[in-house]
Amino acid sequence: MNLKELFGKKGAKTVKNGIWREHPISSATLGICSALAISNKVENAIAMSAGVIFVLILTAIIISLLRKIIPSRVRIIIYMITIAAGVTIVDLVLKAYFPIISEAMGPYVPLIITNCIIMGRAEAFFVQNPTKLSLLDALANGLAYGYTLMAIAIFREIFAFGTLLGVRVTPAGWVDWVVLAAPAGAFFVLGTFLWVTRTLAGVEPPKKS
Amino acid sequence: MGETSLLSIFITALLIQNVALFYLLGMCPFVALSRSLTTAMGMGAAVIFVVTLTSSANWVIYQILEATGSQIIQYIVFIIVIAACVQLVEMIMERFFPALQASFGIFLPLITVNCTVLFISLKVTTVDGLSYIQTVVYSVSAAVGFWLAMIIVAAINEKLDLIGRVPKGLQGPGIIMVITGIIALAFMGFSGMV
Repeated sequence: MNLKELFGKKGAKTVKNGIWREHPISSATLGICSALAISNKVENAIAMSAGVIFVLILTAIIISLLRKIIPSRVRIIIYMITIAAGVTIVDLVLKAYFPIISEAMGPYVPLIITNCIIMGRAEAFFVQNPTKLSLLDALANGLAYGYTLMAIAIFREIFAFGTLLGVRVTPAGWVDWVVLAAPAGAFFVLGTFLWVTRTLAGVEPPKKS
Repeated sequence: MGETSLLSIFITALLIQNVALFYLLGMCPFVALSRSLTTAMGMGAAVIFVVTLTSSANWVIYQILEATGSQIIQYIVFIIVIAACVQLVEMIMERFFPALQASFGIFLPLITVNCTVLFISLKVTTVDGLSYIQTVVYSVSAAVGFWLAMIIVAAINEKLDLIGRVPKGLQGPGIIMVITGIIALAFMGFSGMV
């Protein structure tokens, strides 16, 4: 698929940057709280990514439409209110239609508000770019976030519970790696993930301060 | 939690269900600032201060929201209170304690998007429904727990930098994740204390 034909030159660059080159989790280490906390089951990861993508898109539309009239002094508060309103919608929808997932995710749903990916993109991109580009950027970053969460969750669910989306996939006699279900396991898996992606993408190590 | 004693709230929040190592929260500043012990100390202190202030404010506000039946705007109100508190603290410090302001510096505005702060506000109201005094104790101990986890990891990371044999791709956030994982494993040993 040729990205340039699909989205135009600027659009293609935006999408590529979001999905791989400036990957929000591996290159900027944004939004990792939820990547750690919610990634022990694939179904939670799906709900979380869907929520984040929805809020990202909503924020992209609102902020990019209002970008010319938002006074720069109060812009942070405006991002916050927009994001919080979006998250309230997500929370209510989850509670109404997916009560079990909502229960499992608990307070991590409202914590989408402080997911720095959304705030970061609003400040770095949505407030400076037209709606169409912002939408692409939101989608690209949301997808990047989603596939990372999914990769970690698939790995953790298979090894820690021996299941995938609740279906048993491991052979009989499989011993669960309990540590991967625990918080400590999340750190190890994400650490390894960062190692692999940063090596592949050739991200320079941060300078010693 | 209802009738739980204050001491058990303290130990649970500080060691067993540490916000950073058990709930995996506040990771953005954690990773960004765990590179040196001094910055970790500064950020940790600022978090303790703001968390205590905002969660006691949000507790009162939540009671009002509950009484008027308008919990639906809870998230928006909480985040505005947090942002306003941070702004207020910054202004007061600038005016009266310029030295302290200089040492907290950039950490204060960052706290608004630290998920620990919002989480603790939510935890004491909707999740656990603590009383006011329990709220204060919980907030202080959870924030101190965050500070503790942060300085442990920062100190280890500083020593590791001196040896300097971390593979290139793992440097920075990667190795901090691994160190934090090991510390989280160690903290699992505390479960069962209460």
